[in-house]
Amino acid sequence: MAVRSKTSPKDSRAGQAPKPASTISGVPVEALYTPEDLGSFRYDEKLGDPGEFPYTRGIYPSMYRGQLWTMRQFAGYGTAEETNRRYKFLLSQGQTGLSVAFDMPTLMGYDSDAPVSEGEVGRCGVAIDSLQDMEDLFAGIRLDQITTSMTINSPAAILWAMYIAVAEKQGVQPAQLGGTLQNDILKEYIAQKEYIFPPAPSMRLVVDTIVFASRHMPRWHAVSISGYHIREAGSTAVQELAFTLADGMAYVDAAIKAGLDVDEFAPRLSFFFNAHIDFFEEIAKYRAARRLWAHIMRDRYHAKNPRSWMCRFHTQTAGCSLTGQQVENNISRTAFEALSAVLGGTNSLHTNSMDEVLALPTEKAAQVALRTQQIIAHETGVTNTVDPLAGSYFVESLTDEIARGALDYFKRIDEQGGVLACIENGFFQREIADAAFRYERELEAQERIVVGVNAYQEGTRAEVPTLKIGFETERAQAKKVRALRERRDGTSVRNRLTELQAAARGQDNLMPVLIDCVKAYVTEGEIMATLKEVFGVYREPTIL
Amino acid sequence: MSLAASLLQGDVRALAKAISLAEDRDPEATQIVTELQPQTGRAHLVGITGAPGSGKSSLVDLLLQVIRQRGKTVGVVAVDPSSPFTGGAVLGDRIRMQRHTLDKGVFIRSMGARGHLGGLAAATREVIHLLDAYGRDVIIVETVGVGQSELEIGTVCDTTVLVLVPESGDAVQSIKAGIMEIADIFVINKADLGGAEKTRRLIQDAMALGPAPAWAPPILLTAAIKDQGGVELWQAIERHWEYLSQGGGLQDRRLQRLKQEVLALVAEQARDDARQQLEGDTPVARRLRQNPNGTLNPYALAAELMGRAR
Amino acid sequence: MSTASRPSSKPAPRTEPASQKKIRVLTLKLGLDGHDRGVKVVSRALRDAGVEVIYAGLRQTPEMAVEAAIQEDVDGIGVSILSGAHMTLIPRVLELLKERGAGDIVVFAGGIIPDDEAAELKTLGVAEIFGPGTSLATIVDFVNSRLRK
Repeated sequence: MAVRSKTSPKDSRAGQAPKPASTISGVPVEALYTPEDLGSFRYDEKLGDPGEFPYTRGIYPSMYRGQLWTMRQFAGYGTAEETNRRYKFLLSQGQTGLSVAFDMPTLMGYDSDAPVSEGEVGRCGVAIDSLQDMEDLFAGIRLDQITTSMTINSPAAILWAMYIAVAEKQGVQPAQLGGTLQNDILKEYIAQKEYIFPPAPSMRLVVDTIVFASRHMPRWHAVSISGYHIREAGSTAVQELAFTLADGMAYVDAAIKAGLDVDEFAPRLSFFFNAHIDFFEEIAKYRAARRLWAHIMRDRYHAKNPRSWMCRFHTQTAGCSLTGQQVENNISRTAFEALSAVLGGTNSLHTNSMDEVLALPTEKAAQVALRTQQIIAHETGVTNTVDPLAGSYFVESLTDEIARGALDYFKRIDEQGGVLACIENGFFQREIADAAFRYERELEAQERIVVGVNAYQEGTRAEVPTLKIGFETERAQAKKVRALRERRDGTSVRNRLTELQAAARGQDNLMPVLIDCVKAYVTEGEIMATLKEVFGVYREPTIL
Repeated sequence: MSLAASLLQGDVRALAKAISLAEDRDPEATQIVTELQPQTGRAHLVGITGAPGSGKSSLVDLLLQVIRQRGKTVGVVAVDPSSPFTGGAVLGDRIRMQRHTLDKGVFIRSMGARGHLGGLAAATREVIHLLDAYGRDVIIVETVGVGQSELEIGTVCDTTVLVLVPESGDAVQSIKAGIMEIADIFVINKADLGGAEKTRRLIQDAMALGPAPAWAPPILLTAAIKDQGGVELWQAIERHWEYLSQGGGLQDRRLQRLKQEVLALVAEQARDDARQQLEGDTPVARRLRQNPNGTLNPYALAAELMGRAR
Repeated sequence: MSTASRPSSKPAPRTEPASQKKIRVLTLKLGLDGHDRGVKVVSRALRDAGVEVIYAGLRQTPEMAVEAAIQEDVDGIGVSILSGAHMTLIPRVLELLKERGAGDIVVFAGGIIPDDEAAELKTLGVAEIFGPGTSLATIVDFVNSRLRK
């Protein structure tokens, strides 16, 4: 077939020039893509077969023909006992992986009876104050039979220590444990703002977990480098990709500096991306992520093990794309987003429930979300062929474009002195806030349409049933932690905290002493308070 | 009870409302300040100025910590730029000082510059009088810090602190013409980043060029977000206050300040009056409308307006 | 009058008239969560509508919010909360404002707040609740109409 001129088809359409279009992130999009757009495209260099460098087409040769992605739904609310019942139900439905959502006090390192915890206990996740709660959370669940993902950052090492201690009580060795800690503190400074300590001691804690995992827990992913929250904070797709991979490089640098060989830990690094609503842009983003990371690990860090080159990632559909108006429409949005993640080759997936924009999901809504994944997996046929969009003039052009955008950001970040310098000078925060504001303005000007929000509105909002967390949870949880403090051996608690303080002042890996602390039923709040004394607390630059 | 009377009794809301009246250029503010004038003149006025990103708000936060430990009460006025197009603003200086929010001995007020040039807001002087009458021992004024030369602070405060950051070059770039002269104290903040000693020498060299002054401005190193250098800075500020009070020219400074305040008031009133005449139904405005090409002589128009204003 | 929400085609810097009452709004995040996208976007939109916004930042307690509102003499407080603690923290803000004789300060909120709880907060005195998907124009109009004295 002859290569058609790029301009002719556009002009031929009944005299109506198409409006200039762009992706939701502002990447310009032409009305038509032709072989011209691919220029000197070379298959081996840009794509490679699935399972081959640079893994643009996927990290496994057979992808979903071999094994479906893991359907991993994030859950947790109220007390450990309530969430334990929910987990047992999920496991009885054939789910093999759990994903723990913690409440705000746990995420911010406070016990349930702390004054600032008032009103927050058990509301957006499960409340965990001590090893006692972690024992209750996994009561009757064999930890060597499942994998567990824990969405926790500043206090990640403490919650991980509790998990390890629960396993030990079940007779399960650390080496047998499989799972993931989110443990990505850099994106907290950049986007989600659930930081506690300053960046340097925070990075030390992350490195301690990476080192501990590489020595004792070969089945564990110590850090899940997350773009999800960067995107939710309003970034573009390119920013999400660039800032996340830049964070990844910062962790690699830190682990190497701590004395690890890159191939000792890089095969266990994993990523976590957002699936937003702009279908092809998202697919291009995942493909660009794999290509870029492969080059970074092979060419910049000289990793030898191909597993170090592979960008493994979890995906969650975009919470920020959901609308409070006409909530049922969110089912469709989530389905398209999930499909983009699958076509982009995700390794695991969480689909949001339609009502998450209003409250914690109801069981019914969570079920529909899971069913959406099952429909994609078993009905649509998209899993039959690996990377079915490869070679598309548009998808390949967009993949290149997004990769170029990310490389440009890497340069700007390096010029400013790296990721930590960019956090402290507010570069990331400003870029994201600007992008978020630009997007709102586009909605305001009707340059972008969101159904039910700025077009096709309906007058009244239908009543949507939502899940309610009562105040009993908070009272019960506060009482439980107070009773624990009465009951436990106070002397051993004081001794462990003294040891922790000394260790924090020193250089040694903190994981062993943290495990000792939690075994003595020292609470999360007590541990964090001790670490704050040594490490200090972070105050972020003011970016308006 | 009048707003002024409530303010004198320590009513924080009355103080805040009086400040709003001054900011809104409400004539009632003039009465309140006049009524309170006998109660003013006691506070030590400290100005903090410096380039954007030099960490002024963090330094104020650090000073608050030190001053409160010494039992003195503080009022803070933090000025930020307003949008020249909409007049709106997002004022974020409070964030840096939030550990003092619940301390009754600290009052923090954010102000938009509202089109006023020179690094302050038009109402800054009134707000200082109000905080002074409210009984604050120390009043800290933080300038806009947009990089323009913010010299007005030198005519408003007793002690002016110029905040710099370590610089890599061979000249102190952030020192604009004229700003060296208004500094009573130099602070090199973010001194933990390195290069602070070199910057200190550059400032010393620059100062050595002029005649030796009666007060040699000290140069201090701080790392405000690490809570370092605050005590030394406050001691330097107090030493400057003692110097001024003991024959170092406090009276003269305050006299100059009064003159500047009068000048500012005259300028503001003259400008308002002239604007009214230019925009209203006056002979000058009518002539302007009839000569839209701008052929009229601006000097003659100005003289005519000022003649009327007199 | 309605304040222009963005500069006209050829903007000229404004010279401030002699006296003008400006709307002042305190915006902040109440509670422990750190999601500040919404509060920052709204703060900027209000700025562009001519409002003086004082942004107090993350993790404010009701006591801090009310103290800042009084010192800054704001006409309204815009509270953003996504942690689920709204039924504890927002009523406390209203109570403290009343205790301090500042019940005239208008409280409005944004975040993930279920309809029935939004209704309850409104009966307690919250002027308006803006859920996800609220247009900036709606919030700007609300501030201009409800907070203008």
